Amino acid sequence: MARNLLRTALRTCMRGGLLLSAVTFLAHGAKAQDGGTDAQVERGRYVAIAGDCLACHTAPGGKPFAGGLDLKTPFGIITASNITSDRETGIGSWTQQQFERAVRHGRSPDRYLYPAMPYTAYVKITDADIADLWAYIRTIPAVSNRVVTNRLRFPYNIRTLLIGWNMLFFDRSAFTPDTSRSAQVNRGAYLVEGLEHCGTCHTTKNAFGGDTRATYQGTSLQGWYAPDLSNNTHTGLGGWSADDIVTYLRAGTNRHTASSGPMTETIENSTQHLTEADLQAIAAYFKSLPQRTVTVPAPLRASNRQMMAGAREFAVQCSACHVSNGAGIANMIPTLQSNPAVNAPNPDSLINIVLRGTDGPVTTANPTGAAMPSFGWKLHDDQIANILTYIRNSMGNAAPAVLTSDVGRARKAIDAQQVVWH
Amino acid sequence: MNYKRPKADVVIVGLGWSGSTMAEELTRAGLKVVAIERGAWRDTSTSFPTTRDPDELSGSVRKDILQAPVTETYTVRNKVGQTALPMRKYHNLTLGNNVGGAGTHWAGASWRWLPFDHQPYSHVMQRYGAGQLVDGLILQDWGVTYNDLEPFYDRFEKIAGTSGTAGVINGQRQPGGNPFEGSRTSPYPTPALERSRANVLFAEAATRLGYHPFPVPSAMIGAPYKNALGLNLAPCTYCGYCQLYGCGNWSKSSPNICILPVLMQRPNFTVVTECEVIRINTTPDRKTATGVTFVDSDGNIGEQPADIVITATFTLDNTRLLLLSGISTPYDVASGQGVVGRAFTFQTLSWGFMFFENEYLNPFMNTGALATQIDDFNGDNFDHTGLGFIGGAGIQSLSNQGLPIGMAGLLPQGSPQWGKGWKQAFRKGYQNYAQIQGQGTSFAHREQFLDLDPTYKDRFGQPLLRITFDYNENDRRSGRFIRDKCVEIAREMGATQVGGDSFADRPYSGYTPWDSSHVQGGVVMGEDPRTSVQNRFQQNWDVHNLFVIGASSFPNNAGYNPTVVVGATTLWTAKAIRDLYLKNPGPLVRL
Repeated sequence: MARNLLRTALRTCMRGGLLLSAVTFLAHGAKAQDGGTDAQVERGRYVAIAGDCLACHTAPGGKPFAGGLDLKTPFGIITASNITSDRETGIGSWTQQQFERAVRHGRSPDRYLYPAMPYTAYVKITDADIADLWAYIRTIPAVSNRVVTNRLRFPYNIRTLLIGWNMLFFDRSAFTPDTSRSAQVNRGAYLVEGLEHCGTCHTTKNAFGGDTRATYQGTSLQGWYAPDLSNNTHTGLGGWSADDIVTYLRAGTNRHTASSGPMTETIENSTQHLTEADLQAIAAYFKSLPQRTVTVPAPLRASNRQMMAGAREFAVQCSACHVSNGAGIANMIPTLQSNPAVNAPNPDSLINIVLRGTDGPVTTANPTGAAMPSFGWKLHDDQIANILTYIRNSMGNAAPAVLTSDVGRARKAIDAQQVVWH
Repeated sequence: MNYKRPKADVVIVGLGWSGSTMAEELTRAGLKVVAIERGAWRDTSTSFPTTRDPDELSGSVRKDILQAPVTETYTVRNKVGQTALPMRKYHNLTLGNNVGGAGTHWAGASWRWLPFDHQPYSHVMQRYGAGQLVDGLILQDWGVTYNDLEPFYDRFEKIAGTSGTAGVINGQRQPGGNPFEGSRTSPYPTPALERSRANVLFAEAATRLGYHPFPVPSAMIGAPYKNALGLNLAPCTYCGYCQLYGCGNWSKSSPNICILPVLMQRPNFTVVTECEVIRINTTPDRKTATGVTFVDSDGNIGEQPADIVITATFTLDNTRLLLLSGISTPYDVASGQGVVGRAFTFQTLSWGFMFFENEYLNPFMNTGALATQIDDFNGDNFDHTGLGFIGGAGIQSLSNQGLPIGMAGLLPQGSPQWGKGWKQAFRKGYQNYAQIQGQGTSFAHREQFLDLDPTYKDRFGQPLLRITFDYNENDRRSGRFIRDKCVEIAREMGATQVGGDSFADRPYSGYTPWDSSHVQGGVVMGEDPRTSVQNRFQQNWDVHNLFVIGASSFPNNAGYNPTVVVGATTLWTAKAIRDLYLKNPGPLVRL
């Protein structure tokens, strides 16, 4: 159960209109009301951006932070709560202590929160940041919007089950700087492990949804594969420079790739607004992770049946944009050459992107927004399987073949369009 | 239901190249801008996805991307005294019908005009005298020179990512470029396109004849490029679906690719789509514009008040809007007085058509503006003494078509018209057909003008615009001269069958295949309110807060395509509004 609930922490709705309203609101909405100074509110606003609170606590087209985004799970729907200062339907009656307990420990005044709220990561947030965040949250105009957060089926609707889950899987330890490492790396670790809660998606979970020791090694959630961020060149960030990481988190694109899926929203709402120093810190942290050895499979031979068919399809369907040799266009169209995302052990994201397409990132640094078009209506399961198998075993890549049945299952699971001819 | 929208600082009518360029400048200056566009929203990735194969039948043949004449059209006649009839099919007018305007579906030729083209009157008077002009020809300077416009040409190219090979940079000749061009301050943003086989044959023949071939500057991007607004463009793939198609490959400069993604991020910008502006509103004394009135897609009448009104619609509609709004004095052909609708020009086309015997021209690899040109007979680049005309043409090998339906009729003379013989002839003809276009100048004439039609009305009950146009003697003389040059080069290229044509030898018709789509003038800019509607900043002489931008401001047409000049003059006017007008609203030119 909890594993699936954790999956729902992904923002599965692409909400194109949100960026503008969010930016506008965050730029103009904050006025200190009680307690916090302007500077503190401003710091808190930044903490909220880094924590990407808006992403879940705003419904598509809804008022900022007034809740209402449905996180769909196989057990029912969890809806993000109203965290505006409305006393009746929001958190206007809370104290800072109650707020702190909810954010860092998953306990609201009257109930246990589901770990769809990433308190397992937010527990790392410092007291100072919590205080600033609270000062900012207090400035959010009250919006009366009653949200029924728990629409799960029995027995998952019994929140006290979370007592046990927390005992097993919730590491309550605060963030402790590692004095053997630079202040920059420590700042990066704090952001990655805490506010940005990267592990919520990128760390493999155990059967109960708790984090495994495979930290940032990539995992599948809701039709996507959140890629390996560990330090290896085959599937991880080993081939990216610190600048590549900074550029990606700032622009949504870099010389290698362009973001897709839920990460695009994270970049648009959160990381693009971080300071240069914080992005550099995040990059330094990832570059400081120990080298990880992954087993690189032998690529399939070019004479393989799927490979030959895939090569033909690639020339027809893919080469115009990704270029004949797969090099792509920097800051726009991902290169397919020696691409760690292409080498991912699990092809969920690749299948998803081909079937449904994906919006291009639209950021201040790169507003282009070049999208990957959907091929679900056009290509049969075997064609997609062949293309992906070919890409995953040519151009410097090596990864298991994609089966026709993989694509068929994904087409159903993510509700992709059926082919319009036979 | 009638309604009034909140007042804006600026209302822009039409969101094509000129409207979006202006909107970008003015929103960046902090103004609240509302653009009203007749067509629907179009987005590069979702409206023109590369997964969809373009369809020649719906695109090139049925022209689905254009505004259909059944919705709104123009009436046409050749001369005063005739009854004008509505155009029932757009053959050589290509009106956009979407956000991005004609800039979405254009072919992409991206020219700066010659210094001569901006000051034709001064130049001709100085070099030849008034005797060079045929009777009735209208020739006047723009009030803005090439040198004035150079920084804005430069900026627009860097928005568009124009590909090409520079000919003159800071006065220095550059190898491979156009030696006749006005001096540039920087090279083209992206390198010139690869030449087609036909382009190569043309360049070789032109060189042997002593001419100076160069690649035509193009909206098809020559290399990955980050434009002046921070948007990324991808290099062209030569798929050949440019003219009458939107580019989903981010490879053809358009408002949709080069400007709108940035504009749409700005909270002080609003676009209202599928609303047609029917009138510019003014104060009763007609000294100040107060906004515009539009009809929305539900048939409701809306009003958009604004402090500044900018109309950036299709050339002909700019003129029509002024006439419908009673702004400035309409041109009267009998007396030659009045200005709105005066100085209307088209384009004088000549052609050389040719067939080779055993070539492989591979025309399927093309772009809308894949061309190699000589300017040896363009503008005033050659001595016109004794020729009896002014102007000329850019003469180009144009590789802009390779689609099967369009090519099906292009067979050598004497080919079978059906069956196996036709198929064989088509197979051979497809690889052996080439063309040379002479894209000629057009100068205004006192009997070429635009006014409101006395008979035909649009769906809102407003009079259609009437075009009174025929080629004048200057066109006929220059057209034949250029046709002969096209034929000369075609022969030198080694073609076995060569034909030539000068369209100006026949009366103008809107239905001529292969004809130009360029119309200019009607709301021209200039130095004298008796012969121009607007001053050198495209500001109305009478209504100081009205700016009409686009090719309607050009008193003459050059031997080129007009889009980049539209961009440059728009940027020029935007700077005047930003730096001069906002500080001191009122006439920017006082006489």
